[in-house]
Amino acid sequence: MSADNHDTDVTKTWSAGTPVRVKSQPPEFHCRTPHYLRGMVGEIIEVAGRFRDPSLLAFNKPGLPMRTLYRVRFKQVDVWPDYNGCPTDTVVADIYEHWLDLITEDQHEHA
Amino acid sequence: MSTPNASHHHEHDHHDHHDHTHPHAAIEEEENPLRYEYLLETAIRQLLNEKGVVSAEQIHRQIDLQDSRTPAVGAKVVARAWVDPVFKARLLKDPIEVINEVFGLDITTPLKVVVLENTPAVHNVVVCTLCSCYPRMLLGIPPAWYKALDYRSRVVVEPRKVLAEFGTELPDNVELRVSDSTADLRYLVLPMRPAGTEGFTEEQLAALVTRDAMIGTALPLHP
Repeated sequence: MSADNHDTDVTKTWSAGTPVRVKSQPPEFHCRTPHYLRGMVGEIIEVAGRFRDPSLLAFNKPGLPMRTLYRVRFKQVDVWPDYNGCPTDTVVADIYEHWLDLITEDQHEHA
Repeated sequence: MSTPNASHHHEHDHHDHHDHTHPHAAIEEEENPLRYEYLLETAIRQLLNEKGVVSAEQIHRQIDLQDSRTPAVGAKVVARAWVDPVFKARLLKDPIEVINEVFGLDITTPLKVVVLENTPAVHNVVVCTLCSCYPRMLLGIPPAWYKALDYRSRVVVEPRKVLAEFGTELPDNVELRVSDSTADLRYLVLPMRPAGTEGFTEEQLAALVTRDAMIGTALPLHP
């Protein structure tokens, strides 16, 4: 198993309100991020806690280090270009820290 | 399911020997014990028993425990939250701890239960697009539609349309928030208390709280 599956800094925690982008590259090993959210920009609404890493548990590993799990909210109109509901509607997914990137100014420009 | 012809066959069983329809064929198909999944489950269970990993008694105890969890547990929790603000505050913060304490249950789970409170501004609905994650410790076995590809794929794409099919129409200014249970969280929706229930007992309130209201596809019943 490659060590690059682990980010070096696993202790920092992003707070509610932080904008994040879901990593869009094909996930290495087992990933519980729905395909429809890959590459999408959302906002952390809650820090759900730290859990064993499902991408390692899937291969019968202890799942360590523990990973921070976030509840991330996306606007439905951003996720589905032809969304037929209301602009206020949102979708929230539970996504682990190593499947998210912080939004930087640079990434905004390339969005 | 009997065809009209088959029921005719039953009613006139003794003098209709020329009717060679086979009314039981469909049932045999449904309960075929040679289905792959049935054999696989039996083989694994027997192996686990033989190797002493888990006993038949332990498996049956677990099935009994699972069967004892029904939407009635969740409904009691919701009704209590409607009448007791202190309980509700604790429920939103640490649901399993307060539910075990107040209802004398012994729920243990490595998962984290999150209670999603509906408000006049936000209506929550829950799905697991990846598989069938569900707050079984509070609601029991999920309904078949919750696990079906149809619900799982459509409720994130066109949630208002899906809710309308459940008879649930929401005003346009309400944020319809779909929570996709993708990891270690299990969601219970705390619906809003229906109007006209002032003075109701907890038991009367619990009777209004349907399973679907706690998934978020429906609203509680009206009194």
